[in-house]
Amino acid sequence: MGGNFLAPTLDYSLLSPILIVLAGAIIGVLIEAFAPRASRSSSQLFITLTTLATALTALIRNRNGESVTVAMNSMVFDGAGVLLQGSILVIAIISVFLLADQDNFTALAAALPGSNEERISVQQQLKVTEVYPLVLFAVAGMMIFPVASDLITLFVALEMFSLPLYLLAGLSRHRRLMSQEAALKYFLLGAFSSAFFLFGVSFLYGYSASITFSGIHDAVIGGSGNDVFLLLGIAFLSVGLLFKVGAVPFHTWSPDVYQGAPTPITAFMAAATKVAAFGAMLRIFYSVLAEDYLQWRPVLTLVALVTMVFGSLVAIAQRDVKRMLAYSSIAHAGFLLSGVIALNKSGLDASIFYLFAYGVATVGAFAVVTLVRDSSGEVTDLNRWSGLGKRSPLVATVFAGFLLAFAGIPLTSGFIGKFSIFSAAYESGATSLLITGVLSSAIAAFFYIRVIVLMFFKDSVEDGTSVVIPSIYTQFTIALSFIVTFALGVFPAPLLEFISSTANFIR
Amino acid sequence: MQNMTLTVMMLLPVLGALAIAIAPSTNELLTKQIALATTLIVAVAGILTTISFDFNNTALQFVESYEWIPSFGIKYAVGLDGIALILILLSVLLAPIVVLAGWNESEGGRWGAKTFYMLLLVLETMMIGVFASTDVFLFYVFFEAMLIPVYFLIGGYGSGERAAAAVKFLLYSLFGGLLMLASIIGLYVISGNNGSHTFDINELAGLSQYMSPMTQNLLFLGFFIAFAIKAPVWPLHTWLPDAAASATPGTSVLLLGVLDKVGTFGMIRYCLTLFPDASKTFTPVIITFAVISILYGAFLAIGAKDIKRLIAYTSISHFGFITMGIFAMTTQAQSGAVLYMFNHGFSTAALFLVAGWMIARRKSSTISDFGGLQRVTPVMAWSFFIAGMSSLALPGLSSFVSEFLVLVGTFTRYPVAAVIATFGIVLAALYILLPVQKALHGPTTPGNEAIKDLNLREKIAIAPVMAVIVVLGFYPSPLLNIINPAAAQVITSQGFSDPLPTSNGDK
Repeated sequence: MGGNFLAPTLDYSLLSPILIVLAGAIIGVLIEAFAPRASRSSSQLFITLTTLATALTALIRNRNGESVTVAMNSMVFDGAGVLLQGSILVIAIISVFLLADQDNFTALAAALPGSNEERISVQQQLKVTEVYPLVLFAVAGMMIFPVASDLITLFVALEMFSLPLYLLAGLSRHRRLMSQEAALKYFLLGAFSSAFFLFGVSFLYGYSASITFSGIHDAVIGGSGNDVFLLLGIAFLSVGLLFKVGAVPFHTWSPDVYQGAPTPITAFMAAATKVAAFGAMLRIFYSVLAEDYLQWRPVLTLVALVTMVFGSLVAIAQRDVKRMLAYSSIAHAGFLLSGVIALNKSGLDASIFYLFAYGVATVGAFAVVTLVRDSSGEVTDLNRWSGLGKRSPLVATVFAGFLLAFAGIPLTSGFIGKFSIFSAAYESGATSLLITGVLSSAIAAFFYIRVIVLMFFKDSVEDGTSVVIPSIYTQFTIALSFIVTFALGVFPAPLLEFISSTANFIR
Repeated sequence: MQNMTLTVMMLLPVLGALAIAIAPSTNELLTKQIALATTLIVAVAGILTTISFDFNNTALQFVESYEWIPSFGIKYAVGLDGIALILILLSVLLAPIVVLAGWNESEGGRWGAKTFYMLLLVLETMMIGVFASTDVFLFYVFFEAMLIPVYFLIGGYGSGERAAAAVKFLLYSLFGGLLMLASIIGLYVISGNNGSHTFDINELAGLSQYMSPMTQNLLFLGFFIAFAIKAPVWPLHTWLPDAAASATPGTSVLLLGVLDKVGTFGMIRYCLTLFPDASKTFTPVIITFAVISILYGAFLAIGAKDIKRLIAYTSISHFGFITMGIFAMTTQAQSGAVLYMFNHGFSTAALFLVAGWMIARRKSSTISDFGGLQRVTPVMAWSFFIAGMSSLALPGLSSFVSEFLVLVGTFTRYPVAAVIATFGIVLAALYILLPVQKALHGPTTPGNEAIKDLNLREKIAIAPVMAVIVVLGFYPSPLLNIINPAAAQVITSQGFSDPLPTSNGDK
């Protein structure tokens, strides 16, 4: 190190999807600063969608490029990275439509809950259009996270997508105190886990004298470093990652945040964060620490087993639809961990498919949640969902479809995902994951079906709960996720083949 | 161009369902007519298929195979052997009878006639598919997916505690299905380790040599438990009486007549064929459970006060016979078991349909509420009587032939089990004759005087069922000609030979 300063060489065309998203985010900030209030909402939506669509186009154009490291070895461009970034962009696009339905967001984020200022801002029909650039910044961070190739970039990306999410979680229009509490919880626990993460980074640096993934990988193969540092490094780094994916015992934030955050944000966060965090996790365990599998695999297997069982069992006790979906996402994190543990090509393919399929279905399910309301906002108490099938058969049927996909019933994307991820796990010899996985799926089926029973077989309660007629944007989100969920269940072959021919990791 | 017979048969009901969907919902009669016409066309197609089936050829016929999900080696592959043909014939013959007999069944449901008949037709497609599949994955898809229409048929149109019964049915079946999924994943991985990934039943059949006994036993259990829940075999039967008591008579006919046969069919097609050694290992246990089922079901039936529960309990007893016949591992018992599946379908259909009409007229399903129906409603009473006689296997009626074959075939290998099972016949006389005496004979008790006899539609519906019961009682050989070669092949492919040289009296 030292001496002359080298101008960084950046491969702009390979980095273009990320750069486009960042540019869009900055334009969004400028609009907030200079555009008149009345025109912000529509222009922000337009800019955000254009940005995401352009980024996706750029990504698709790059998709068959040769796998190389870019940006001075701080990031990589490879097949898995393209697929993960593509999933994040698709999920972001379908969730941005939900943001357009501004009823979910507070009128003025700075106003104290219950204050005069808040009342006035509501009367003036103010809108927080800041959500759009914040989401774009989060998307950029999420896109960098799974392609980061050194620990510093990884950490910067982690913070880059976490900070906007902390903010966004506190912007709910109704029950603002709860929303702010959720944001604070998310922030404190997130900061705590970031500290663990950094701690792990420093141990890995101490072990390998390198912050790049290839340097750490060489050190693992060479086996010359101090193994205690390596183990501590893996352990603390994993804590940070497992926190983001919501695995037990680092899951405690997720039910509160899922419940408190505005539902469009919950949808985006639940789906896209999982893709980003599992993407990074797959990269680290598959390409950096693969040779050290004897050390981390047993522990991660235990975490996966506990996560599946705990998520499924505790979800049974939930009476709130958003909390139930939160625990269901914990169970799914356990299933996804099986893909990480599988440590083979089919595990990688299966994980990417699962992440995409689960992400899309999650956005769709939360989009339906935004529709069930009474005079004071969304109704998430499950008891008040009873008889929904009578009042709005279409909405109830669509929601039942998403639940069946989560439960992994054949002809939905969830089933193909479950099949592929468990078969990959079993292929790698992890019989315990297979058996526990199917058993916890059986438990999970119970609470998904209970909601279906509630909607279709229980009489409705007359308490003013009604389904609002979805805006064209929300309709689009729901329709698209529904179609994708079932299309991937019936004709998964093209996507599976695309994934298996594209997915690869380089260091 | 491949022979499309089976695919066309599966598509027809779906087309019928679509026609119902676009038909005006105000015209209920049209809906029913479309349903009846569709099921009749499919029934004719089924009969024509049976006629053109070459029963001397033990290879699969009417084979179709297309790539579905090539990355997993999954095919859309269908084909028929004698056993599958018989069960498809049973399904497509019962469907129009159920539609005609239960013309007004959709009344009193949560949703209208449209939904009822669409569910019914979709179910018919899946019933054909589940028996026709020659790809284990495709079989699993039908096996699981068919739960959904049945679930809504029970929960939406049944009586009494219909929602609870539907959920119990679904959870039991899903639990079994998920265990089977674990086994299917096991097969998938093993096939990949010894060649290429495949789900083709013929290729998988040779795979057992590569499995350790432990693996084979576990995989066998995954399949067997799923089928034993479906069939159902004691002690996994508890969902059946609730479901049968709550469902409409037509749904019960399909549930016990066809869907439960998927369990016994699966035991032959999957348990015996794929895991010959494990089948031998578990045979003593399974035969024991089967004998317990025979006696336990019979005792419960004797004590039953509700007429629908009574029929459900008798079915548990009959499924005991079928299971025993399958695992006795002789051609005779095997043929008897398959013929029993067919005959049980018709005698149960007769019992349930007539019982359904009795219950609808008397507005009660308690046996003691009936009395002396013979004088008021001779046709209905005689129909019930004949159905009951067939159920207790009176010589000259269809069930006798099959029950006799099962007992004789079992005796040659497991004499003790066969002797104990024979007591089931004695008990059968009790559980049928007691309610027959109570409800049909003797003086007409109050409340029964004004009951109307069967109308023309009901007579037309029950006549073919009666005809099948009587004709097959005297002349079962057309069916046996189809069944025998297939059954013999299952037994010989197991490495079993029939123990006694005298076992040729069944032709």
